[in-house]
Amino acid sequence: MAFFGLFSKEKKEKLNQGLEKTKTSLFSKISKALIGKSTVDDSFLDELEEILISSDVGIGTTLKVIERIQQRVARDKYINTSDLHTLLRNEMVNLMEENAIQPSLSKDFTSIGKPYVIMVVGVNGVGKTTTIGKLANLFRNEGKKVVLGAGDTFRAAAVEQLRIWSERSGVGFIAHGMNTDPAAVAFDAVKKGVEEGADVVIIDTAGRLHTKVNLMNELSKIKRVVAKIIPEAPHEVLLVLDASTGQNAFEQARQFTAVTDVNALALTKLDGTAKGGVVIGIADQFKIPVKYIGVGEGIDDLQLFNKTEFIDSLFKS
Amino acid sequence: MFESLSSKLEKAIKTLKGQGRITDINVAETVKEIRKALIDADVNYKIAKQFTDNVKAKAMGEDVINSISPGQLMVKIVNDELVAHLGGDKQDINLSGSPAIILMSGLQGSGKTTFSGKLAGYLKSKGLTVMLAACDVYRPAAIEQLRVVAEQIKVPVHLDTETKDPVKIANDAVQKAKEIGIKVLIIDTAGRLAVDTEMMNEISRLKSSLNPSEILFVVDAMTGQDAVNTAKAFNDVLNFDGVVLTKMDGDTRGGAALSIKSVVNKPIKFIGTGEKLDAIDLFYPQRMAQRILGMGDIVTLVERAQNIYDKEEAERLHKKLTQDKFDFEDFLNQIQQIKKMGNIKDLVSMIPGVGKAIKDLDISDDAFKGIEAIIRSMTPQERKNPDIINGSRKKRIAAGSGTELPQVNQLLKQFEDMRKMMRTMNKMQGSGKGMRMPLGR
Repeated sequence: MAFFGLFSKEKKEKLNQGLEKTKTSLFSKISKALIGKSTVDDSFLDELEEILISSDVGIGTTLKVIERIQQRVARDKYINTSDLHTLLRNEMVNLMEENAIQPSLSKDFTSIGKPYVIMVVGVNGVGKTTTIGKLANLFRNEGKKVVLGAGDTFRAAAVEQLRIWSERSGVGFIAHGMNTDPAAVAFDAVKKGVEEGADVVIIDTAGRLHTKVNLMNELSKIKRVVAKIIPEAPHEVLLVLDASTGQNAFEQARQFTAVTDVNALALTKLDGTAKGGVVIGIADQFKIPVKYIGVGEGIDDLQLFNKTEFIDSLFKS
Repeated sequence: MFESLSSKLEKAIKTLKGQGRITDINVAETVKEIRKALIDADVNYKIAKQFTDNVKAKAMGEDVINSISPGQLMVKIVNDELVAHLGGDKQDINLSGSPAIILMSGLQGSGKTTFSGKLAGYLKSKGLTVMLAACDVYRPAAIEQLRVVAEQIKVPVHLDTETKDPVKIANDAVQKAKEIGIKVLIIDTAGRLAVDTEMMNEISRLKSSLNPSEILFVVDAMTGQDAVNTAKAFNDVLNFDGVVLTKMDGDTRGGAALSIKSVVNKPIKFIGTGEKLDAIDLFYPQRMAQRILGMGDIVTLVERAQNIYDKEEAERLHKKLTQDKFDFEDFLNQIQQIKKMGNIKDLVSMIPGVGKAIKDLDISDDAFKGIEAIIRSMTPQERKNPDIINGSRKKRIAAGSGTELPQVNQLLKQFEDMRKMMRTMNKMQGSGKGMRMPLGR
């Protein structure tokens, strides 16, 4: 309470103005009683906990964030609402920060020889094929030459689905039909990419639950086969995660990484009400950057991931 | 081993004396753990809180039996409530009408098309004639996918690549089904987000035009916190009849099931358990509850303890304890009780946190054998009154039990320590207030 005297009237007014702006967010609910205290009050932390967990951030990561906030507040004291907002956002951005460089489409190709091979993996129904369709379009719009490999030879009509996407964006397409060896498809797609001087080869794979050992081993095989043509390939193993998936996404990341060294994530279906907060914990724990987000069914509805925007979106109702 | 036995006994005594009932305090920690477990399983934050609070309120004052803790009992009660809640009013799918129309709904990638095929195959195997209708006119090759699925299970399918109007396709399918005398028509629809008003209107039009006997909401078992929003939004528009949980063959704990059930109170009718078209199963609340809670070991432990629990014996023991008459007879009985609960290693490993630690440890079921042998080599008089055991008696007991003198001494010493501890506890209880004596009523 003694700290209250340290605040000038002016400062308080400023603070009130600040409160106005964020009225609809979590921060409006932080009582002014917070000011000048060296701890954040429980009701704020409860609120924060609820918001984070409700966004699928998960208990572990949530507690980590809360702990860091408490530490910072204890150290810095005199914190006002907008400071707290910034602090919170920074702490969360930091969780994802270790993931090095922000992805840039063109950067990927200059340092690495042609073609840049992307292998797309994930469980059933997350939107792998759709993401590939959009990715192909994205690269095509940048003037890149693209080849798609229809490696989902299992799900009914998956090859057909990818073929339609390849036609929409006018890119190359390799398929062996249904129930063929996906590794052979991948091999031929990369081979075609090399022969025709393509910039990017994207290989689709069948959705598989990470608990199916044989199917997971099949992925390693596809990866090995591709490396026979280009030793560094696939340069990118893109794990596609559905934003509405809960804590199971952790296991998905763990298992797919174990067999294919996943080095990029795509988060799909963010145009719904699901927040996809689970990727924060995943990015933190596995040090894998989120590269793309899917925000709709249209061919242009794929965006580069932006950490700050993403984290801010967690706090919008 | 003796040590662990005495600590077990100590726990039992504690249960008898201080924690005989579930109270706010003695289950607080457990309730927190249960809540965490539920949230980890993707049960919605609010619902996890509500659910545990409700169950706790219900469980207050419940008698805790010997050899389990209030916390463990609490886990069991939560489990039972989960089963009851998830199971609820079990209903089969409604196949009235000719044809009976089943409308599928759900988000993108939840598995509607695959499940439509599975359901068609399932109903066909029950001797019904089934037809599929392909009303996903948006996703590339979705119609083709359903055609292939239909071919695999050998049921007819209605499709129309000429029109983009799902309502027309569906109505044509109904007409066709009537003509060829089909009993059940399953309408596959496009995946849609609940916030997509246009698409939600479309499925609403499908509903009002078809008047289906059954609307199923298909949801991925891996769904997280958002399950409540989606389920509610779909239910608001469609008032669906049942839920289908897909991709249950993975390792997801499937907490979405509880969230959805709590929000819309509709029965979960089927689960999808694999990619093959016969991988369809009915929903079993018992299995689901254990999967969500992930504390099946404790539940089993409590069940076993409840099965062997002998109330009269416990009361007799309690009386003896309070009168400081606990003797080797009682001790032997306690050992038998513990042994009845099953394999010692199993038992110990069921205690949360212990399981992993003793995984590689070899605990023999014979662990009690030495102790038992020593006690059994005592005369009834010696068992009732250990104080009379002198040097020569000890020698005889050691010889009779095939043990050595130091082992007999150790047992006697530890038994004496235990009695001292009980005496202290009795005194504490005599003076302290607020200590419950549940079995001394």
